[in-house]
Amino acid sequence: MKAHLTRRYRFSASHRLHSAEMSEEENRRVYGKCNNPYGHGHNYALEVTVAGPVDARTGMVCDLAQLDEFVGREVLERFGHENLNYLEAFERVVPTTENLCAEIYRVLERGFRAAAIEKVRLEETMMNSFEYCGPQEEQGVASRE
Amino acid sequence: MVYLTRRAEFSASHYYHNPEFTPEENQRIFGKCNNPHGHGHNYTLEVTVRGEVDARSGFVMDLAELKAVLNREVVDAMDHRFLNEEVPEFRHRIPTTENLAITIWQRLEPKLKAAALHRVRVYETPDLFVDYYGEP
Repeated sequence: MKAHLTRRYRFSASHRLHSAEMSEEENRRVYGKCNNPYGHGHNYALEVTVAGPVDARTGMVCDLAQLDEFVGREVLERFGHENLNYLEAFERVVPTTENLCAEIYRVLERGFRAAAIEKVRLEETMMNSFEYCGPQEEQGVASRE
Repeated sequence: MVYLTRRAEFSASHYYHNPEFTPEENQRIFGKCNNPHGHGHNYTLEVTVRGEVDARSGFVMDLAELKAVLNREVVDAMDHRFLNEEVPEFRHRIPTTENLAITIWQRLEPKLKAAALHRVRVYETPDLFVDYYGEP
């Protein structure tokens, strides 16, 4: 029987939304306060969903300790308390929460082997959240107010 | 089609143990959850049903009926219980959150007539939950 398990994590990071392809004025118009050159930060809440058959012997979809270890090492340590703009992944990509969500999905999809990654959901604030399920199902849901 | 979700809470204890594993395997796989005296959680259950909105009542289903089924099949059976010993399904099934979601689905699905069961979501803690959609 197939079940879907979601684990929630938290990390804090700073970013500045600024595109090299836009003029200064365009950047200010598009990104507003998020274009402040000094950057600003968020407490992100991350939800990772894995899906698969429930192992008859363990009753589990996925060894939670393995998921926690992988997310801790590859996501929380990598992005937590960092300025996202200075990370390699965002050298040429604007670190919007959409792009961060997709980047985290790719990190998990590439390296995590204990279960299939189904969805990554990222809350930038309590009011904004983003979901990414991979390139096959472009189901990005965004509510930005 | 409209989806209706009702939340319920219950507190219960459990432990994870497979008699087919050696004590060392049980300890390695289940860690702290293998403590035979059990440990507890405040579970939150979200049950989602789906159906067409009845033109006369404006309801997908009568909420009183849904609450009664949830109370009888889940809350009365599991609240303040030791799942391993007091819920028959878990005599031979490890009461993980995955199996709890599946068991709750199996208890509710035959009892819901007015609307179709869509999803059972069980939160073990605010940071861990399992969804089951009745998939084989």
